[in-house]
Amino acid sequence: MDDNVVTVQNLVKHYKDVKAVDGISFSVKRGEIFGIVGPNGAGKTTTIDCIAAMHRAYSGSIDVLGLDPVSDSIALKRRIGLQQQESEIPDRLRLREAMELFSSFYEKALDWKMLLEQLNLWEKKDSFFSGLSGGQKKRLFVAMALIGDPEIVFLDEFTSGLDPQARISIWKLVRNLRDQGRTVVLSTHYMDEAEKLCDRVAIIDNGKLAALDSPSDLISAHGGYTRVYFNVGEGFNGESLSLLEGVESVINDDDTCALEVSVRSVIVEIVKKLDAMGQGLDSFRIEAPTLEDVFLNITGREVRD
Amino acid sequence: MKSPFIAVSKSEFILYLREPSAFFFTLIFPLLMMLLFASMWGNDPFPDEEFGYVDFSVPAFMGLVMVTSFIMSFTTSMAAYREKGILKRFRAAPVAPFSILAGHLSAIFAVTVAGVILLLLAGILFYDLKFWGNIFEFIFVFLLSSAGVAAMGFIPASLAPTARSGTVIANILYFPMIFLSGAALPWFMLPDFLKDISLIFPLTHAIKLMQEVWLGGPFLDYPVHIAVLLGYILAGLFVSAKFFRWE
Repeated sequence: MDDNVVTVQNLVKHYKDVKAVDGISFSVKRGEIFGIVGPNGAGKTTTIDCIAAMHRAYSGSIDVLGLDPVSDSIALKRRIGLQQQESEIPDRLRLREAMELFSSFYEKALDWKMLLEQLNLWEKKDSFFSGLSGGQKKRLFVAMALIGDPEIVFLDEFTSGLDPQARISIWKLVRNLRDQGRTVVLSTHYMDEAEKLCDRVAIIDNGKLAALDSPSDLISAHGGYTRVYFNVGEGFNGESLSLLEGVESVINDDDTCALEVSVRSVIVEIVKKLDAMGQGLDSFRIEAPTLEDVFLNITGREVRD
Repeated sequence: MKSPFIAVSKSEFILYLREPSAFFFTLIFPLLMMLLFASMWGNDPFPDEEFGYVDFSVPAFMGLVMVTSFIMSFTTSMAAYREKGILKRFRAAPVAPFSILAGHLSAIFAVTVAGVILLLLAGILFYDLKFWGNIFEFIFVFLLSSAGVAAMGFIPASLAPTARSGTVIANILYFPMIFLSGAALPWFMLPDFLKDISLIFPLTHAIKLMQEVWLGGPFLDYPVHIAVLLGYILAGLFVSAKFFRWE
């Protein structure tokens, strides 16, 4: 059996004269957390919306669970859940009323009471939608995406605007979804989030796929060197460190020394040498490359540009 | 699984009751208008007629309830739903657009019926309201009239991109209609050129048809009114089927 639950081939989507998605192809495997990352406006939402049967006009082909998002739109929506970046429900609808309403759209809906409990919204069940905080609204829309017991859950910018604590609790939830056997496709412009959470990451820039792999493979292929920093006193000379094999560069200014290393094991040698030189290690720190660096190296731009 | 149609109409009905201004303008305002004019003109029979002002104008105020709910409320709420992304949220669920629209409309229709019942009760209690028609014919023309007026509302409701534009369009349709079609003022008092203009509105035909059938006329005697209302129904269905915008 084909293990891919989503296959996108050469997807192109225009809005009037703007090309939002420009020839993207990828597949999502059953049971993985698949991340679509890139800056705002890169085409993440458009890609997800095309897959989740929210658009009727695009070119290229999309197959989701053996269904076509245009011709089998309703059948497909029964088996997936979509949390949208920007959507609302009426202000004066209470949470329990909203959950009941959306349950009625599915043949086998999950128990909404349990979902609200899982998402820490149970005590808000009698509140109006307008009385929720931003984070609570996000969680409500995640609950709504789950209500139909979906095989694939799409989470579009699911943590933007959340405080760090709320982000971490949603990450836990996403991992739970995978452990329940669901496939999760998420988009984010937080690279650290994608790195921590995703099994595989597609980097999208200007409507094109720039790279696709697991975060660790992307980082080892495109992340560049690990950096080592420490504070130094006057008269320190780092020249001798550059002789070590695996040290690629040494930048030594008045009070800091920064090294780029291509082999992690050389860090042990650096520490030994510093110790021998009588250099304290209080300020010593290592910065491994991140997806942020991958994006910079592949596209030549910072994510937030 | 419960019916999406019933679930949507239930929640829209609840939302309607929670919207004080919609509640006032649909249920209370037409009643106050009727009581105001009735207090001036009473319900004594007109010269050479069996019916008085209230008998004649209750069907017209039913038209006022219809236009308030199907043009004002429906258009503005659909436009706001579109702008805020509420329609988009519905679209992500496996539910046919028809269920959403029909559910919404049926909730508004329920409120319309409630407004009409208030008019009838007030007419009966305070002004000895009388009815000369065939009740089944009247129910039929009431439904046809509601559908014709709702169909006009369908057009801006399907297209208006923002709450603001929805409100503007609703007002542009609403105010000329209530004054020219006989909903707020008796139609026979209008000068001829305004009478001619008023014939483009479905509400004018709806009110005349309801008045005639109320006073005992067989509805088949008014094919023009019926044809105009059917025309609006077809146009409204066509526009919403072809051009309905989710976002």
